[in-house]
Amino acid sequence: MSEVILRMENMVKTFPGTVANQDITLEVEEGEIHCLLGENGAGKTVLMSTLYGLYHPDSGHIFYKGQEVHIRSPKDAIYYRIGMVHQHFMLVPTLTVTENIILGQDRSWKVLNDLDERAARIRQLSDEFGLQIDPNALVSDLSVGEEQRVEILKALYHGVDLLILDEPTAVLTPQETTQLLSFLRNLADQGLTIIFITHKLEEVMQISDRVTILRDAHKVATVNTAETDPRELAKLMVGRDVLMKLPERQGEPGKVILSVKNLAVKNERGLTAIDNISFEVHEREVVGIAGVSGNGQTELALALAGLLPISGGEVHLNGDEIQDLSPKQLGLAGFAHVPEDRHKMAIVMPLDVSENVILHEYWREPFSKRRLLQFASIREYSQKLVDQFDVRLSSLDVPIANLSGGNQQKLVVARELNRLPRLLLVNQPTRGIDIGATEFVRQQILHTRDAGSAVLLISTELEEIFHLSDRILVMYEGKIAGELPPDRERTEEIGLMMAGKA
Amino acid sequence: MESLAFLALIPSLLAATWRMATPLIYASVGEVFTERTGVLNIGLEGIMLIGSFTAFAAVLYTDNLLIGIGATILVGIVAGLIFAIFTVTIKANQIVVGVAFNLLGLGMTGFLFRTLFVGTQNAVRTVPVLNIPAISDLPFLGEAFFRQNWMVYATLILIPLASFVLYKMAFGLSVRSVGEHPKAADTVGISVPHIRYMGVIIGATLTAIAGAYLTIAHTNQFVEGITSGRGFIALAVVVFGRWTPKGAFWASILFGFFFALGLRLQAVADLAIPYQAFQVLPYVATIVVLLTLRGRTHAPKALAVPYEP
Repeated sequence: MSEVILRMENMVKTFPGTVANQDITLEVEEGEIHCLLGENGAGKTVLMSTLYGLYHPDSGHIFYKGQEVHIRSPKDAIYYRIGMVHQHFMLVPTLTVTENIILGQDRSWKVLNDLDERAARIRQLSDEFGLQIDPNALVSDLSVGEEQRVEILKALYHGVDLLILDEPTAVLTPQETTQLLSFLRNLADQGLTIIFITHKLEEVMQISDRVTILRDAHKVATVNTAETDPRELAKLMVGRDVLMKLPERQGEPGKVILSVKNLAVKNERGLTAIDNISFEVHEREVVGIAGVSGNGQTELALALAGLLPISGGEVHLNGDEIQDLSPKQLGLAGFAHVPEDRHKMAIVMPLDVSENVILHEYWREPFSKRRLLQFASIREYSQKLVDQFDVRLSSLDVPIANLSGGNQQKLVVARELNRLPRLLLVNQPTRGIDIGATEFVRQQILHTRDAGSAVLLISTELEEIFHLSDRILVMYEGKIAGELPPDRERTEEIGLMMAGKA
Repeated sequence: MESLAFLALIPSLLAATWRMATPLIYASVGEVFTERTGVLNIGLEGIMLIGSFTAFAAVLYTDNLLIGIGATILVGIVAGLIFAIFTVTIKANQIVVGVAFNLLGLGMTGFLFRTLFVGTQNAVRTVPVLNIPAISDLPFLGEAFFRQNWMVYATLILIPLASFVLYKMAFGLSVRSVGEHPKAADTVGISVPHIRYMGVIIGATLTAIAGAYLTIAHTNQFVEGITSGRGFIALAVVVFGRWTPKGAFWASILFGFFFALGLRLQAVADLAIPYQAFQVLPYVATIVVLLTLRGRTHAPKALAVPYEP
């Protein structure tokens, strides 16, 4: 066995109100790819951010290359040749690749008169590893995949012996993911140690030598990947057997509910985001929109929800034109919307649970009478939803911010589904929530379909698209790149469409 | 006849444009640094007033301009330090702290001025205006380009210097990254608070110098509220200049022109329009400029957002 390069011992990190890491011990060997597996909120990122000096642990010791180290800031981490590729890229869009890569390396008074030479070195390094990065490009002009390669290049340029990657495949197409994984394998073969944070079991099986599983801030186990299987990993990760039982479909798709014709939308910067797309969604049908994030899905959702003006085309709901309706009018017309970022749009964090429940309908009876809120009926209705959708909370009167992400999302889904929509738009319905809640939310979406709604599902998780959709539309650069049945055999085809290569 | 009289105004109009632009240039270039680190200091007006008063008082007591400038710089640094302690370390609301600085600047200088100087040697104040000897009496351009005081000329050094620091030095790179994506800067080992302190202090110091210009270069006395809104206009100048030193220079020149034009038109007295209508010119221009810039901005992404690691 190779030598232990890193040992984090009894790491504890708490934030006001929550424990992120409880007594976690992690051992990583030199030259291995070590996966850190766990659900959202299990404490993976916090543990690694502590190692990278972004957080300070409450207690615990870190031994690196045989001696105890105190990493107080990222500067220390870089000094120890530890690099981290964060889930949200740490690149300044207004600077060039070179400027981003050399950022923070010089003393303040250093005159940057050697940028050309450094750019040449970066180009050389990029060629050496086959990363295909132009050092003089502006980061804001790069694709997400390129940005990630810049992040990796940055770490390599700084010089790393230990590289941490936080959910690096979340933003990649299947092909890009395959590329990245084989690239990382290459690096590991050259002696680099890699810690790979993920919640995707396939990736763990595909890439890692060993895997450490975290659950609810605790370490559950470290196992050799060769001696385990996805089922066992899932069980360790969730703490119970995961069945993911989804209801069988009842009935067949019926008439057209949503019809989008030649829709064109510009984004907030005035650039074309949706480029003349047309599609239909039928009664009792889930249409899944797949694609790498940033290809117009957000704008499509906002435009349909009446939150972004359209620049061309028509949208019909149940035969009526709806493209000029306000969100309130849309709601009355039978449209329900689970937005992609619940904190930004679906809920108001400081308001309490029942106030969030009536956010759409506070103005009408029985919630309001003579413009006064009717607390008795509001509470009664909220309690009903909470029970029906199994939302776990201590009281209806606590701010919704106190609920876990999964319970917040359940509440949003409950609120929207209870309106018995003709059309349900769900955007990233299971982002950032645990497996139990994910399962529940997906079941509810399918129940809604069976009850006769048309469902438009937008998700960047291909898994989710496959699980729920009757038809798949792939979006690329604001256009529909193709339509496919939810057939896993054709994943590669979807991947090519997502990359605009089909 | 009238058009001839107007033609005669042009040389002095040009000269006055640069003179009136000068305080805006100092303050706005300073604020460019502050805002590029992600801190919005709307307390420029107050800090400028404090600078005005400090320079005036110091020169009055010592009769030495270098001491006047030195004292101004010192006071600017202290003002910046206090602003940064509140906004960067304590993370207080930047608007509220800025308003406090404006109120404090106006109140304090007014109070000190009345207590110390009103009714004493108010009239015999000897603050000289420095004149760089002009070789040229060129028609039209002579006055504008070769007969200004050195604080006006210094703006020609300030702009390339500021651009050099911002775009060619590692410090400038840090500044630009911290205002745009502080966490990215943090993850490569740049201290966000340190850079923000520097940005705020540079801004406050240059703003104080802008104030000093008004009392020891542009005029030779202090009056309450002498800055008359220039600190606020400097904020608009930063926006109009798209957060670059060069942009701030030319935007200042534009506003300087409106100030100068307002003054000259007042002088053409036979117009049947009250002189206040001309005085208001630069302020109206500010509003118009800000309205036309609505939407498309180049503001640093993290502007006015306290950094929480």
